[in-house]
Amino acid sequence: MIRDITIGQYYPAKSVLHRLDPRVKLVATLLYLISLFLFKNILGYLVTTVFLIAIIKLSKVPFRYIMRGMKPIMMLLLITLLFNLFLTREGDVLFHAWIFTITEGGLRTAILMAIRLVYLITGSSLMTFTTTPNELTDGIESLLKPLNKIHVPVHEIAMIMSIALRFIPILLEETDKIMKAQIARGADLESGNMIQKAKSMVPILVPLFVSAFRRANDLAMAMEARCYRGGDGRTKMKPLHYTGVDRTAYVLVIFYVAAVVIIGRCVPFHVWIF
Amino acid sequence: MKKMVQTDDLIFEYAKRDEEGNVIGSYRAIDQVNLEVEEGQFIAVLGHNGSGKSTLAKHLNAILVPTEGTVWVDGTNTSDPNELWNVRQSAGMVFQNPDNQIIGTVVEEDVGFGPENLGVPTDEIWQRVEDSLKAVGMISYRHHSPNKLSGGQKQRVAIAGVIAMKPRCIVLDEPTAMLDPNGRKEVLRTVEELRKKEKVTVILITHYMEEVIDADKVFVMDHGHVVMEGTPREIFSQVDTLKKYRLDVPQVTILADELKKRGLDIPAGILRKEELVEAICRLK
Repeated sequence: MIRDITIGQYYPAKSVLHRLDPRVKLVATLLYLISLFLFKNILGYLVTTVFLIAIIKLSKVPFRYIMRGMKPIMMLLLITLLFNLFLTREGDVLFHAWIFTITEGGLRTAILMAIRLVYLITGSSLMTFTTTPNELTDGIESLLKPLNKIHVPVHEIAMIMSIALRFIPILLEETDKIMKAQIARGADLESGNMIQKAKSMVPILVPLFVSAFRRANDLAMAMEARCYRGGDGRTKMKPLHYTGVDRTAYVLVIFYVAAVVIIGRCVPFHVWIF
Repeated sequence: MKKMVQTDDLIFEYAKRDEEGNVIGSYRAIDQVNLEVEEGQFIAVLGHNGSGKSTLAKHLNAILVPTEGTVWVDGTNTSDPNELWNVRQSAGMVFQNPDNQIIGTVVEEDVGFGPENLGVPTDEIWQRVEDSLKAVGMISYRHHSPNKLSGGQKQRVAIAGVIAMKPRCIVLDEPTAMLDPNGRKEVLRTVEELRKKEKVTVILITHYMEEVIDADKVFVMDHGHVVMEGTPREIFSQVDTLKKYRLDVPQVTILADELKKRGLDIPAGILRKEELVEAICRLK
């Protein structure tokens, strides 16, 4: 189950999206995330949905694979949904029983928030699906380069991020192994209340941390052995160059944001409670 | 011939610490080691766990510097901080755990990591990556994720990453210890081919005796000392001494040795099954 986590993973495929400059993808993702909060009516969702579906199609990442990444956040999604549903008091009451009250406003916020969250995660994971961590690092590094002037260690931050991403699957595999090893020795990870469950995580986390530190040590040595000495004097195997496709992508994304803002805010359109 | 690697009276001590981290003494991991490796040679360092062989390997790449004595790699003193990067470039290192030495998320990006650090121009990086991946037979995996590769394949990628830096000498620190028999064969075959085609000096650190049969020279280490030195045949002919140093002597060699002790006329230091078969056939 733990290996199902697909957030932050690269999905190798040959698509336009994979070939785009990482800077374009980073900026576009940021704009997309902001755009999710810039509209008010249901038409805005329509535009976003069309855009998202188009991007998914373009990325050639299987829909099912993207959905698998949703599993771990289901709980979070459900909690957000319930909180919004029962705690927002706004507009007419649709349902009332004992202490539970569902209002029009509550239902609306709950549904829209859930969709927003799903879109948020789908959009940002599409970026990591189509961008290798190294490209991502290069992109971040080049976008944040101006910060170097105020002594922000941009290259180091980017390197840390890319290594973290590379080790996610390895550490997940390791967690899986440790869990099995502890279960084989009679550890009870399933039963009990929340506190007992949390306590039973200790024998998993301790060896995991020990091994993570050991790995970090090994990796640092391997990097030094291969002459790594920070960002100075380093050349790039894949230097970033904007091409025609990238420029088109920028234009399309700006066009999309404009469309969302204009349609989602200015066109008066109401269906039922939305 | 020029010396590729040379150590003069190399001594290395670890500081022993108590629970508060105070130094309470030192442990000598390497004691008075003198090593000489000619250019283009295939050298094997054998030793049991804790014999100091990995510590020795780390000296050849200036990851560790000697407490006393000197290490020369391609004519450069590894203790000289100004030459650190030159030393690391001329002596590439492959480590034991394949997962913990792959930095890139795509095979080709990982191979390019070394040349990037060296400041090689972009076009040449691509050329080097392609050549190195071809040399280890992993070119068809260039766009794959290292996580999906087998242990042997990962290790070959790690080797490619080292070759891409164009080292004069490759140090392999127990590269097969974590691999299954197939992966082990795969890696050794790759090393063998590299040695023949690229003419690099290879220093193989291992505790598997089968892997050192083709070496030009074998050093056996125990408790920080070099206790035996010679060609594989010379070393393998001393089965009892090897056993004393807790090394697993290959079955053929043991069998040949036992037969010889029982009075059969078999030469000492049999390394391969075929040799033993031939020797036995010749007995009639």
